Amino acid sequence: MTGLISDELLTNIGRKSKPQREIVTRRDIRKYAVATGNRQRKYLDGDVAPPMFHVPLFWDVVELDRLTPDGVSIDTLLPKFPLERAMAGGLDIEYLMPIRPGDWLTSVRTLTAIYEKAGRSGSLIFYEIIMDIRNDDDELVIREKTTRILR
Amino acid sequence: MIPEPAVGMPLPERQHTPDNVQLMLYNASLWNGHRIHFDLPYATEVEGYPGLVLAGPMLGDWLHQLVDEWLGDAGMITSVSYSNRGATYIGETLTATASITAYDAPSGALEIDVGIRNEAGEVVAPGTIGAKLFAAVG
Repeated sequence: MTGLISDELLTNIGRKSKPQREIVTRRDIRKYAVATGNRQRKYLDGDVAPPMFHVPLFWDVVELDRLTPDGVSIDTLLPKFPLERAMAGGLDIEYLMPIRPGDWLTSVRTLTAIYEKAGRSGSLIFYEIIMDIRNDDDELVIREKTTRILR
Repeated sequence: MIPEPAVGMPLPERQHTPDNVQLMLYNASLWNGHRIHFDLPYATEVEGYPGLVLAGPMLGDWLHQLVDEWLGDAGMITSVSYSNRGATYIGETLTATASITAYDAPSGALEIDVGIRNEAGEVVAPGTIGAKLFAAVG
């Protein structure tokens, strides 16, 4: 590897978060469905979770003094990168099982890739995080890959 | 029941014009305290945005909603791949679009190009959704 990414930075690949276990409630599904402008009754009533409900379910809940001045929680899974300005990112999600009120779900996030590409105005660093969400029977419910670009 | 899918078939579009209340409730449902979504002086004077910035994953949700409404109880979304390519703001009207790019009748597997278009006609959130029909339709 040449350029911005050191061998030491690469040793962070494979780092995992602590498992986070959360319960799905009808109320949380309803709030998310209303806030996103959903029009389907099964979601507005909270009978079943709409796609992407895992985003609010597993958003990090941190205490006020751990937020940055602009109100962002720091992702402790990430190492210090030589580039810091985050650009647009992407999401790849597989939906394997439905989510309903009363389900207990556990997520584990893994830093799976760090690589560099030449951009139009210099080098860019990409990193990928895979979040696996499993139920209490250890079945995979959702797998989500986040790709972020730093410049 | 939905009509028999065909490659090239567009799905009904949907427009979204989110206001401050919707954006606040969305970020509250996540526990997202990022100031660019609710603190107008901060967003404009410190970060240099023209207004309050819409949350990227909310646009991702609208991609799902367009396909999921069309599917109804006839199928389910199995995968998505999308990216946020540019910022969008309170006051804009955004249009969710979709068209079928592949359909395998025996398995019911569908591939659908999706996107969120802003008023300037730029696709600010392009993507692909995979879906599955539970049984033959028509």
